Amino acid sequence: MSSSDERRDEAEKPVVSRRNFLKGTGVAGVALTIPLAPGAEAQAGVAGVTVIGPERSKITLNVNGTPRALEVEPRVTLLDALRNDLDVTGAKRVCDRATCGACSVILDGKLVYGCSVLAIEAQGRKIETVESLASNGQLHPVQKAFVDNDAQQCGFCTPGFVMACKSLLDHHPEPSADDIRLGLGGNLCRCGTYVGIKAAVAQAATEMKKTRTKGGRRNG
Amino acid sequence: MNKFEYASPTTKEQAVAMLGKAWGETEILAGGTDLLSLMKDFVATPQRIVNIKGIKELSSLQILRDGSARIGALVTIDQLLEATRKSHPALSQAAAGIASPQIRNMGTVAGDLCQRPRCWYYRAGFGLLARNDAGQALVPSGDNRYHAILGNKGPALFVNPSSLAPALIALAAKVQIFGPDGAREVEVEKFFVAPQSSADREYALKSNELVTGISIPKSTGLLSATYEVRQREVLDWPLAAASVAIKLDAAKKVTSARIALGHVAPTPWVATEAASTLIGKTISEESAVAAGKLATAGAQPLSHNAYKVQLTQVAVKRALLAAAGISA
Repeated sequence: MSSSDERRDEAEKPVVSRRNFLKGTGVAGVALTIPLAPGAEAQAGVAGVTVIGPERSKITLNVNGTPRALEVEPRVTLLDALRNDLDVTGAKRVCDRATCGACSVILDGKLVYGCSVLAIEAQGRKIETVESLASNGQLHPVQKAFVDNDAQQCGFCTPGFVMACKSLLDHHPEPSADDIRLGLGGNLCRCGTYVGIKAAVAQAATEMKKTRTKGGRRNG
Repeated sequence: MNKFEYASPTTKEQAVAMLGKAWGETEILAGGTDLLSLMKDFVATPQRIVNIKGIKELSSLQILRDGSARIGALVTIDQLLEATRKSHPALSQAAAGIASPQIRNMGTVAGDLCQRPRCWYYRAGFGLLARNDAGQALVPSGDNRYHAILGNKGPALFVNPSSLAPALIALAAKVQIFGPDGAREVEVEKFFVAPQSSADREYALKSNELVTGISIPKSTGLLSATYEVRQREVLDWPLAAASVAIKLDAAKKVTSARIALGHVAPTPWVATEAASTLIGKTISEESAVAAGKLATAGAQPLSHNAYKVQLTQVAVKRALLAAAGISA
Protein backbone atom coordinates (compact mmCIF):
# COMPACT_ATOMS: atom_id res chain seq x y z
CA MET A 1 0.00 0.00 0.00
CA SER A 2 2.71 2.44 0.91
CA SER A 3 4.41 2.21 -2.45
CA SER A 4 1.31 3.52 -4.18
CA ASP A 5 3.06 6.73 -5.08
CA GLU A 6 5.39 5.11 -7.61
CA ARG A 7 2.68 2.88 -9.02
CA ARG A 8 0.32 5.73 -9.47
CA ASP A 9 2.95 7.91 -10.97
CA GLU A 10 3.52 5.48 -13.82
CA ALA A 11 -0.19 5.22 -14.48
CA GLU A 12 -0.68 8.96 -14.49
CA LYS A 13 2.02 10.17 -16.76
CA PRO A 14 0.03 12.28 -19.18
CA VAL A 15 -0.11 11.25 -22.80
CA VAL A 16 -0.03 14.74 -24.23
CA SER A 17 2.49 16.58 -22.20
CA ARG A 18 4.95 13.72 -22.08
CA ARG A 19 4.94 13.31 -25.81
CA ASN A 20 6.99 16.07 -27.26
CA PHE A 21 6.70 18.69 -24.67
CA LEU A 22 9.93 17.78 -22.97
CA LYS A 23 11.66 17.61 -26.31
CA GLY A 24 10.14 20.92 -27.42
CA THR A 25 10.94 22.99 -24.40
CA GLY A 26 14.59 22.71 -23.70
CA VAL A 27 14.45 23.76 -20.10
CA ALA A 28 12.22 21.06 -18.73
CA GLY A 29 13.75 18.38 -20.94
CA VAL A 30 17.26 19.16 -19.90
CA ALA A 31 16.38 19.62 -16.29
CA LEU A 32 15.30 16.01 -16.09
CA THR A 33 18.59 14.61 -17.24
CA ILE A 34 21.27 16.78 -15.70
CA PRO A 35 22.13 16.69 -12.05
CA LEU A 36 21.31 19.71 -9.95
CA ALA A 37 23.01 22.91 -10.96
CA PRO A 38 26.69 23.06 -10.26
CA GLY A 39 25.79 26.12 -8.24
CA ALA A 40 26.99 23.83 -5.49
CA GLU A 41 29.28 26.45 -4.10
CA ALA A 42 26.23 28.50 -3.19
CA GLN A 43 24.43 25.50 -1.77
CA ALA A 44 27.42 24.35 0.20
CA GLY A 45 27.24 27.66 2.03
CA VAL A 46 23.63 27.21 2.98
CA ALA A 47 24.15 26.18 6.54
CA GLY A 48 21.20 25.30 8.68
CA VAL A 49 18.88 24.41 5.84
CA THR A 50 17.25 21.01 6.13
CA VAL A 51 17.08 19.19 2.81
CA ILE A 52 14.91 16.09 2.61
CA GLY A 53 14.44 13.56 -0.18
CA PRO A 54 13.99 12.83 -2.98
CA GLU A 55 13.77 9.42 -1.31
CA ARG A 56 11.52 8.53 1.60
CA SER A 57 11.97 9.97 5.01
CA LYS A 58 10.27 9.43 8.34
CA ILE A 59 7.65 11.95 9.36
CA THR A 60 4.96 12.19 12.01
CA LEU A 61 1.53 13.59 11.34
CA ASN A 62 -0.96 14.62 13.99
CA VAL A 63 -4.15 13.13 12.56
CA ASN A 64 -7.37 13.60 14.51
CA GLY A 65 -5.46 14.01 17.74
CA THR A 66 -3.20 10.99 17.29
CA PRO A 67 0.46 11.16 16.24
CA ARG A 68 0.98 8.83 13.30
CA ALA A 69 4.43 7.86 12.05
CA LEU A 70 5.01 7.14 8.37
CA GLU A 71 7.66 7.21 5.67
CA VAL A 72 7.02 9.25 2.56
CA GLU A 73 8.79 10.87 -0.34
CA PRO A 74 8.54 14.66 -0.35
CA ARG A 75 6.23 14.48 -3.39
CA VAL A 76 3.47 12.63 -1.52
CA THR A 77 0.49 14.85 -0.79
CA LEU A 78 -1.25 14.97 2.56
CA LEU A 79 -4.31 13.43 0.91
CA ASP A 80 -2.37 10.45 -0.43
CA ALA A 81 -0.49 9.98 2.84
CA LEU A 82 -3.78 9.89 4.74
CA ARG A 83 -5.46 7.49 2.34
CA ASN A 84 -2.62 5.25 1.21
CA ASP A 85 -0.25 5.20 4.16
CA LEU A 86 -2.49 5.79 7.17
CA ASP A 87 -5.73 4.22 5.92
CA VAL A 88 -7.65 7.37 6.82
CA THR A 89 -9.86 7.30 3.75
CA GLY A 90 -12.58 9.83 4.54
CA ALA A 91 -11.02 12.55 2.39
CA LYS A 92 -11.51 11.55 -1.24
CA ARG A 93 -9.25 11.88 -4.26
CA VAL A 94 -11.26 13.23 -7.17
CA CYS A 95 -9.73 16.06 -9.22
CA ASP A 96 -6.41 16.11 -7.35
CA ARG A 97 -5.98 19.69 -8.63
CA ALA A 98 -7.38 21.96 -5.88
CA THR A 99 -10.69 22.32 -7.63
CA CYS A 100 -13.40 19.91 -6.43
CA GLY A 101 -13.16 19.92 -2.63
CA ALA A 102 -13.61 16.16 -2.09
CA CYS A 103 -10.25 16.09 -0.27
CA SER A 104 -11.12 18.96 2.11
CA VAL A 105 -9.56 18.63 5.56
CA ILE A 106 -9.02 21.12 8.36
CA LEU A 107 -5.39 22.05 8.97
CA ASP A 108 -4.69 24.13 12.07
CA GLY A 109 -8.32 25.24 12.07
CA LYS A 110 -8.37 26.26 8.40
CA LEU A 111 -10.15 24.41 5.64
CA VAL A 112 -7.69 23.29 2.94
CA TYR A 113 -7.46 20.95 -0.03
CA GLY A 114 -5.54 17.87 1.14
CA CYS A 115 -4.44 17.22 -2.45
CA SER A 116 -2.48 20.45 -2.55
CA VAL A 117 -0.52 20.22 0.67
CA LEU A 118 2.58 18.04 0.80
CA ALA A 119 2.52 15.51 3.62
CA ILE A 120 5.88 16.76 4.89
CA GLU A 121 4.51 20.30 5.09
CA ALA A 122 1.76 19.12 7.40
CA GLN A 123 4.19 17.98 10.12
CA GLY A 124 3.61 19.69 13.43
CA ARG A 125 0.16 20.85 12.37
CA LYS A 126 -3.24 19.70 13.58
CA ILE A 127 -4.97 17.66 10.87
CA GLU A 128 -8.70 17.03 11.20
CA THR A 129 -10.58 14.74 8.82
CA VAL A 130 -14.19 13.67 8.69
CA GLU A 131 -13.26 10.66 10.86
CA SER A 132 -12.79 13.00 13.82
CA LEU A 133 -16.37 14.25 13.92
CA ALA A 134 -18.48 11.46 15.37
CA SER A 135 -17.76 10.62 18.99
CA ASN A 136 -19.10 7.88 21.27
CA GLY A 137 -21.36 6.64 18.51
CA GLN A 138 -22.96 10.07 18.17
CA LEU A 139 -22.87 11.84 14.83
CA HIS A 140 -21.67 15.44 14.77
CA PRO A 141 -24.60 17.85 14.18
CA VAL A 142 -23.32 18.48 10.65
CA GLN A 143 -23.28 14.77 9.88
CA LYS A 144 -26.73 14.26 11.39
CA ALA A 145 -28.06 17.19 9.37
CA PHE A 146 -26.71 15.62 6.16
CA VAL A 147 -28.58 12.40 7.00
CA ASP A 148 -31.78 14.20 7.98
CA ASN A 149 -31.83 16.36 4.87
CA ASP A 150 -30.81 13.70 2.38
CA ALA A 151 -27.83 15.85 1.52
CA GLN A 152 -26.06 13.26 -0.57
CA GLN A 153 -26.71 11.01 -3.53
CA CYS A 154 -23.65 9.02 -4.52
CA GLY A 155 -21.92 10.34 -1.40
CA PHE A 156 -18.43 10.68 -2.82
CA CYS A 157 -18.21 14.44 -2.26
CA THR A 158 -19.89 14.17 1.15
CA PRO A 159 -16.87 13.92 3.49
CA GLY A 160 -15.38 17.03 1.87
CA PHE A 161 -18.69 18.87 2.08
CA VAL A 162 -19.15 17.87 5.72
CA MET A 163 -15.71 19.29 6.57
CA ALA A 164 -16.42 22.45 4.57
CA CYS A 165 -19.75 22.86 6.43
CA LYS A 166 -18.07 22.32 9.78
CA SER A 167 -15.42 24.91 8.96
CA LEU A 168 -18.08 27.34 7.71
CA LEU A 169 -20.07 27.00 10.95
CA ASP A 170 -16.96 27.25 13.11
CA HIS A 171 -16.22 30.62 11.51
CA HIS A 172 -19.82 31.80 10.83
CA PRO A 173 -22.04 30.28 13.54
CA GLU A 174 -25.10 32.01 12.09
CA PRO A 175 -24.52 31.98 8.35
CA SER A 176 -26.68 33.93 5.92
CA ALA A 177 -27.82 32.30 2.68
CA ASP A 178 -24.93 34.08 0.93
CA ASP A 179 -22.44 32.88 3.56
CA ILE A 180 -23.57 29.31 2.90
CA ARG A 181 -23.45 29.67 -0.88
CA LEU A 182 -20.01 31.28 -0.96
CA GLY A 183 -18.62 29.40 2.03
CA LEU A 184 -19.24 26.08 0.31
CA GLY A 185 -18.07 27.41 -3.03
CA GLY A 186 -14.91 25.33 -2.94
CA ASN A 187 -16.76 22.02 -3.09
CA LEU A 188 -18.53 20.44 -6.03
CA CYS A 189 -21.32 17.83 -6.02
CA ARG A 190 -21.80 16.34 -9.45
CA CYS A 191 -25.09 14.73 -8.40
CA GLY A 192 -26.29 18.26 -7.70
CA THR A 193 -27.52 17.78 -4.15
CA TYR A 194 -26.97 21.42 -3.27
CA VAL A 195 -30.53 22.02 -2.06
CA GLY A 196 -30.17 19.25 0.55
CA ILE A 197 -26.73 20.51 1.56
CA LYS A 198 -27.97 24.06 2.11
CA ALA A 199 -30.82 22.72 4.25
CA ALA A 200 -28.34 20.61 6.20
CA VAL A 201 -26.13 23.61 6.96
CA ALA A 202 -29.14 25.58 8.21
CA GLN A 203 -30.21 22.69 10.47
CA ALA A 204 -26.69 22.13 11.76
CA ALA A 205 -26.31 25.84 12.55
CA THR A 206 -29.49 25.76 14.63
CA GLU A 207 -28.48 22.56 16.42
CA MET A 208 -24.98 23.80 17.19
CA LYS A 209 -26.37 27.07 18.52
CA LYS A 210 -28.68 25.15 20.89
CA THR A 211 -25.74 23.13 22.19
CA ARG A 212 -23.76 26.31 22.79
CA THR A 213 -26.54 28.15 24.58
CA LYS A 214 -27.20 25.13 26.79
CA GLY A 215 -23.68 25.65 28.01
CA GLY A 216 -22.68 22.32 26.60
CA ARG A 217 -19.43 21.58 24.84
CA ARG A 218 -19.15 23.58 21.66
CA ASN A 219 -19.37 20.99 18.95
CA GLY A 220 -16.23 21.01 16.92
CA MET B 1 4.74 14.19 -10.10
CA ASN B 2 8.49 13.70 -10.45
CA LYS B 3 10.66 13.15 -7.41
CA PHE B 4 12.34 16.19 -5.92
CA GLU B 5 14.37 17.20 -2.94
CA TYR B 6 12.70 19.45 -0.43
CA ALA B 7 14.48 22.30 1.32
CA SER B 8 13.08 24.34 4.19
CA PRO B 9 15.14 27.50 4.71
CA THR B 10 14.30 29.81 7.59
CA THR B 11 15.82 33.02 6.23
CA LYS B 12 15.49 34.71 2.86
CA GLU B 13 19.25 34.60 2.40
CA GLN B 14 19.18 30.81 2.75
CA ALA B 15 16.19 30.55 0.42
CA VAL B 16 17.89 32.54 -2.33
CA ALA B 17 21.04 30.44 -2.01
CA MET B 18 18.94 27.29 -2.50
CA LEU B 19 17.33 28.56 -5.72
CA GLY B 20 18.56 27.53 -9.17
CA LYS B 21 20.60 29.50 -11.67
CA ALA B 22 18.09 28.65 -14.40
CA TRP B 23 14.31 28.57 -14.41
CA GLY B 24 12.74 25.19 -13.87
CA GLU B 25 15.49 23.53 -11.83
CA THR B 26 14.02 24.71 -8.59
CA GLU B 27 10.60 26.05 -7.69
CA ILE B 28 9.43 28.05 -4.71
CA LEU B 29 6.64 26.51 -2.64
CA ALA B 30 4.32 28.80 -0.69
CA GLY B 31 0.59 27.99 -0.75
CA GLY B 32 1.18 25.21 -3.26
CA THR B 33 -2.23 25.51 -4.88
CA ASP B 34 -0.75 26.17 -8.32
CA LEU B 35 2.68 24.55 -8.10
CA LEU B 36 1.52 21.09 -7.04
CA SER B 37 -1.03 20.96 -9.84
CA LEU B 38 1.62 21.98 -12.38
CA MET B 39 3.93 19.27 -11.07
CA LYS B 40 1.21 16.62 -11.18
CA ASP B 41 0.74 17.46 -14.84
CA PHE B 42 4.52 17.46 -15.47
CA VAL B 43 4.33 21.06 -16.65
CA ALA B 44 6.70 21.91 -13.80
CA THR B 45 9.44 19.35 -13.19
CA PRO B 46 11.77 20.85 -10.60
CA GLN B 47 14.49 18.80 -8.97
CA ARG B 48 14.27 20.88 -5.84
CA ILE B 49 11.42 22.56 -4.03
CA VAL B 50 12.26 25.44 -1.72
CA ASN B 51 9.50 25.76 0.86
CA ILE B 52 9.59 29.37 2.07
CA LYS B 53 6.88 29.01 4.72
CA GLY B 54 9.52 28.73 7.43
CA ILE B 55 10.71 32.29 6.77
CA LYS B 56 8.78 34.10 9.47
CA GLU B 57 9.35 37.68 8.29
CA LEU B 58 7.48 36.94 5.05
CA SER B 59 4.20 36.55 6.94
CA SER B 60 4.05 40.07 8.34
CA LEU B 61 1.19 42.39 7.50
CA GLN B 62 1.20 46.08 8.40
CA ILE B 63 -1.36 48.64 7.39
CA LEU B 64 -0.98 52.17 8.70
CA ARG B 65 -3.71 54.74 9.18
CA ASP B 66 -2.66 56.67 6.07
CA GLY B 67 -3.24 53.55 3.98
CA SER B 68 0.42 52.76 3.45
CA ALA B 69 0.97 49.07 3.82
CA ARG B 70 3.59 46.37 3.81
CA ILE B 71 2.19 42.96 2.94
CA GLY B 72 4.47 39.97 3.35
CA ALA B 73 4.74 37.44 0.53
CA LEU B 74 3.21 34.69 2.68
CA VAL B 75 0.16 36.63 3.84
CA THR B 76 -2.76 34.44 2.77
CA ILE B 77 -5.50 35.68 0.48
CA ASP B 78 -7.98 35.27 3.33
CA GLN B 79 -5.85 37.41 5.68
CA LEU B 80 -5.51 40.06 2.97
CA LEU B 81 -9.25 40.03 2.29
CA GLU B 82 -10.05 40.72 5.93
CA ALA B 83 -7.23 43.19 6.62
CA THR B 84 -7.87 45.46 3.63
CA ARG B 85 -11.66 45.49 3.70
CA LYS B 86 -11.80 49.10 4.92
CA SER B 87 -8.38 50.43 3.96
CA HIS B 88 -8.11 49.21 0.34
CA PRO B 89 -11.50 48.06 -1.00
CA ALA B 90 -10.10 47.33 -4.49
CA LEU B 91 -7.64 44.86 -3.01
CA SER B 92 -10.12 43.24 -0.64
CA GLN B 93 -12.69 42.87 -3.41
CA ALA B 94 -10.09 41.30 -5.70
CA ALA B 95 -9.10 38.88 -2.92
CA ALA B 96 -12.75 37.97 -2.33
CA GLY B 97 -13.00 36.95 -5.98
CA ILE B 98 -10.22 34.40 -5.68
CA ALA B 99 -11.44 30.82 -6.07
CA SER B 100 -12.78 29.27 -2.86
CA PRO B 101 -12.39 29.35 0.93
CA GLN B 102 -9.84 26.54 0.69
CA ILE B 103 -7.71 28.42 -1.86
CA ARG B 104 -7.97 31.66 0.10
CA ASN B 105 -6.80 29.85 3.24
CA MET B 106 -3.83 28.28 1.45
CA GLY B 107 -2.91 30.72 -1.32
CA THR B 108 -0.55 33.62 -0.70
CA VAL B 109 -0.17 37.15 -2.01
CA ALA B 110 3.11 36.37 -3.78
CA GLY B 111 1.62 33.15 -5.11
CA ASP B 112 -1.24 35.06 -6.69
CA LEU B 113 1.28 37.29 -8.47
CA CYS B 114 3.58 34.44 -9.53
CA GLN B 115 1.01 31.78 -10.47
CA ARG B 116 1.51 30.55 -14.02
CA PRO B 117 -1.00 31.30 -16.79
CA ARG B 118 -4.21 29.30 -16.95
CA CYS B 119 -4.04 29.00 -20.76
CA TRP B 120 -5.26 25.47 -21.45
CA TYR B 121 -2.61 24.87 -24.09
CA TYR B 122 0.11 25.71 -21.59
CA ARG B 123 -1.48 23.53 -18.92
CA ALA B 124 -1.80 20.65 -21.38
CA GLY B 125 1.91 20.66 -22.10
CA PHE B 126 2.26 22.77 -25.25
CA GLY B 127 4.56 25.27 -23.59
CA LEU B 128 4.08 28.82 -22.41
CA LEU B 129 3.64 30.09 -25.96
CA ALA B 130 1.35 27.20 -26.97
CA ARG B 131 3.17 25.81 -30.00
CA ASN B 132 2.74 22.48 -31.76
CA ASP B 133 5.62 20.21 -32.80
CA ALA B 134 6.17 22.25 -35.95
CA GLY B 135 6.44 25.42 -33.90
CA GLN B 136 3.11 26.82 -35.06
CA ALA B 137 1.08 28.84 -32.61
CA LEU B 138 -2.04 26.97 -31.53
CA VAL B 139 -4.01 29.82 -30.00
CA PRO B 140 -4.87 31.96 -33.09
CA SER B 141 -6.63 29.10 -34.90
CA GLY B 142 -7.66 27.23 -31.76
CA ASP B 143 -10.06 27.76 -28.88
CA ASN B 144 -9.05 31.20 -27.73
CA ARG B 145 -12.22 32.27 -25.97
CA TYR B 146 -10.35 33.12 -22.76
CA HIS B 147 -7.20 34.53 -24.35
CA ALA B 148 -5.88 38.06 -24.74
CA ILE B 149 -7.71 40.91 -26.44
CA LEU B 150 -5.03 43.49 -25.65
CA GLY B 151 -1.25 43.32 -25.92
CA ASN B 152 -1.58 40.27 -28.13
CA LYS B 153 0.72 41.19 -31.00
CA GLY B 154 3.68 39.29 -29.53
CA PRO B 155 4.03 35.53 -29.20
CA ALA B 156 2.28 35.40 -25.80
CA LEU B 157 -1.50 35.18 -26.10
CA PHE B 158 -2.45 33.93 -22.64
CA VAL B 159 -3.91 36.30 -20.07
CA ASN B 160 -2.21 37.14 -16.81
CA PRO B 161 -4.11 35.20 -14.15
CA SER B 162 -3.39 37.40 -11.11
CA SER B 163 -6.46 38.74 -9.35
CA LEU B 164 -4.51 41.07 -7.07
CA ALA B 165 -2.20 42.66 -9.64
CA PRO B 166 -4.74 45.08 -11.19
CA ALA B 167 -5.78 46.28 -7.73
CA LEU B 168 -2.15 46.67 -6.66
CA ILE B 169 -1.38 48.64 -9.83
CA ALA B 170 -4.36 50.92 -9.22
CA LEU B 171 -2.94 51.51 -5.72
CA ALA B 172 0.55 52.23 -7.15
CA ALA B 173 2.06 49.35 -5.18
CA LYS B 174 5.55 47.93 -5.55
CA VAL B 175 6.82 44.36 -5.43
CA GLN B 176 9.67 43.79 -3.01
CA ILE B 177 12.24 41.35 -4.28
CA PHE B 178 15.24 39.74 -2.62
CA GLY B 179 18.11 38.09 -4.50
CA PRO B 180 21.81 37.28 -4.23
CA ASP B 181 22.57 41.00 -4.75
CA GLY B 182 20.21 42.13 -2.01
CA ALA B 183 16.79 43.74 -1.99
CA ARG B 184 15.11 45.71 -4.76
CA GLU B 185 11.67 47.09 -5.48
CA VAL B 186 9.78 47.29 -8.74
CA GLU B 187 6.40 48.83 -9.59
CA VAL B 188 3.78 46.11 -9.90
CA GLU B 189 3.07 47.08 -13.54
CA LYS B 190 6.74 46.64 -14.39
CA PHE B 191 6.95 43.33 -12.54
CA PHE B 192 4.96 41.63 -15.30
CA VAL B 193 6.36 41.07 -18.79
CA ALA B 194 5.05 39.33 -21.87
CA PRO B 195 7.50 36.47 -22.53
CA GLN B 196 9.18 36.21 -25.92
CA SER B 197 10.18 32.54 -25.56
CA SER B 198 8.72 29.55 -23.74
CA ALA B 199 11.76 29.44 -21.51
CA ASP B 200 10.96 32.93 -20.17
CA ARG B 201 8.71 33.71 -17.25
CA GLU B 202 5.89 36.20 -17.13
CA TYR B 203 7.55 38.33 -14.49
CA ALA B 204 10.71 40.37 -14.15
CA LEU B 205 12.28 38.09 -11.60
CA LYS B 206 15.50 36.13 -11.89
CA SER B 207 15.38 32.42 -11.17
CA ASN B 208 17.27 32.95 -7.92
CA GLU B 209 15.19 35.85 -6.67
CA LEU B 210 12.30 35.74 -4.27
CA VAL B 211 9.26 37.99 -3.91
CA THR B 212 9.33 39.04 -0.27
CA GLY B 213 6.29 41.29 -0.19
CA ILE B 214 4.30 44.21 -1.49
CA SER B 215 4.47 47.83 -0.43
CA ILE B 216 1.56 50.21 -0.91
CA PRO B 217 2.13 53.97 -0.66
CA LYS B 218 -0.11 56.13 1.49
CA SER B 219 -3.57 56.38 0.06
CA THR B 220 -5.35 59.03 2.09
CA GLY B 221 -8.52 60.09 0.31
CA LEU B 222 -8.19 57.42 -2.35
CA LEU B 223 -11.40 55.69 -3.44
CA SER B 224 -10.84 52.29 -4.94
CA ALA B 225 -12.84 49.36 -6.25
CA THR B 226 -12.50 46.17 -8.27
CA TYR B 227 -15.18 44.73 -10.51
CA GLU B 228 -14.86 41.26 -12.01
CA VAL B 229 -17.11 39.93 -14.74
CA ARG B 230 -17.42 36.22 -14.12
CA GLN B 231 -19.12 33.16 -15.46
CA ARG B 232 -19.15 31.52 -12.04
CA GLU B 233 -19.19 33.28 -8.71
CA VAL B 234 -16.51 31.02 -7.27
CA LEU B 235 -13.79 28.53 -8.20
CA ASP B 236 -12.90 30.23 -11.45
CA TRP B 237 -10.97 33.15 -12.80
CA PRO B 238 -12.84 36.23 -14.01
CA LEU B 239 -13.43 36.67 -17.75
CA ALA B 240 -12.43 40.31 -17.38
CA ALA B 241 -11.71 42.55 -14.41
CA ALA B 242 -10.96 46.18 -13.69
CA SER B 243 -9.50 47.85 -10.62
CA VAL B 244 -9.65 51.59 -10.21
CA ALA B 245 -8.37 54.12 -7.67
CA ILE B 246 -9.52 57.72 -7.88
CA LYS B 247 -9.32 60.93 -5.88
CA LEU B 248 -12.10 63.47 -5.90
CA ASP B 249 -12.00 67.14 -4.91
CA ALA B 250 -14.67 68.94 -2.91
CA ALA B 251 -16.75 69.39 -6.07
CA LYS B 252 -16.52 65.61 -6.68
CA LYS B 253 -14.31 66.19 -9.68
CA VAL B 254 -11.60 63.61 -10.34
CA THR B 255 -8.13 64.87 -9.45
CA SER B 256 -6.26 61.61 -10.03
CA ALA B 257 -7.16 58.23 -11.45
CA ARG B 258 -5.53 54.89 -12.10
CA ILE B 259 -7.22 52.05 -13.95
CA ALA B 260 -5.80 48.56 -14.44
CA LEU B 261 -7.39 45.64 -16.25
CA GLY B 262 -7.04 41.96 -15.47
CA HIS B 263 -7.48 38.81 -17.60
CA VAL B 264 -7.37 40.68 -20.90
CA ALA B 265 -3.66 40.68 -21.82
CA PRO B 266 -0.47 38.68 -21.15
CA THR B 267 0.26 41.22 -18.42
CA PRO B 268 -2.09 43.21 -16.21
CA TRP B 269 -3.11 46.07 -18.50
CA VAL B 270 -2.69 49.69 -17.42
CA ALA B 271 -5.35 51.87 -19.04
CA THR B 272 -3.51 55.18 -18.87
CA GLU B 273 -5.56 57.12 -21.37
CA ALA B 274 -8.89 55.99 -19.94
CA ALA B 275 -7.72 57.17 -16.52
CA SER B 276 -6.39 60.55 -17.65
CA THR B 277 -9.57 61.39 -19.54
CA LEU B 278 -11.43 61.32 -16.23
CA ILE B 279 -9.38 64.15 -14.73
CA GLY B 280 -11.54 67.18 -14.04
CA LYS B 281 -14.77 65.28 -14.61
CA THR B 282 -17.26 63.88 -12.15
CA ILE B 283 -17.84 60.12 -12.12
CA SER B 284 -21.16 59.41 -13.76
CA GLU B 285 -22.65 56.65 -15.85
CA GLU B 286 -21.63 58.68 -18.90
CA SER B 287 -18.01 59.36 -17.94
CA ALA B 288 -17.59 55.78 -16.69
CA VAL B 289 -18.89 54.33 -19.96
CA ALA B 290 -16.54 56.61 -21.89
CA ALA B 291 -13.59 55.48 -19.79
CA GLY B 292 -14.50 51.84 -20.42
CA LYS B 293 -14.56 52.44 -24.15
CA LEU B 294 -11.19 54.18 -24.07
CA ALA B 295 -9.69 51.39 -21.98
CA THR B 296 -10.43 48.89 -24.74
CA ALA B 297 -9.80 51.23 -27.67
CA GLY B 298 -6.74 49.30 -28.77
CA ALA B 299 -8.31 45.86 -28.36
CA GLN B 300 -7.74 43.39 -31.17
CA PRO B 301 -9.76 40.31 -30.30
CA LEU B 302 -8.80 36.86 -31.54
CA SER B 303 -11.27 34.65 -33.41
CA HIS B 304 -13.40 33.68 -30.40
CA ASN B 305 -13.04 36.38 -27.76
CA ALA B 306 -14.54 39.60 -29.09
CA TYR B 307 -17.13 39.29 -26.33
CA LYS B 308 -14.42 40.17 -23.81
CA VAL B 309 -14.21 43.74 -25.16
CA GLN B 310 -17.73 44.45 -23.97
CA LEU B 311 -17.14 42.68 -20.64
CA THR B 312 -14.02 44.75 -20.04
CA GLN B 313 -15.87 47.99 -20.71
CA VAL B 314 -18.54 46.95 -18.23
CA ALA B 315 -15.90 46.05 -15.66
CA VAL B 316 -14.30 49.51 -15.95
CA LYS B 317 -17.66 51.27 -15.75
CA ARG B 318 -18.86 49.34 -12.71
CA ALA B 319 -15.54 49.63 -10.89
CA LEU B 320 -15.56 53.41 -11.38
CA LEU B 321 -19.16 53.75 -10.22
CA ALA B 322 -18.47 51.53 -7.21
CA ALA B 323 -15.36 53.52 -6.25
CA ALA B 324 -17.35 56.76 -6.43
CA GLY B 325 -20.14 55.21 -4.37
CA ILE B 326 -22.70 55.39 -7.16
CA SER B 327 -24.89 52.31 -7.48
CA ALA B 328 -24.95 51.03 -11.04
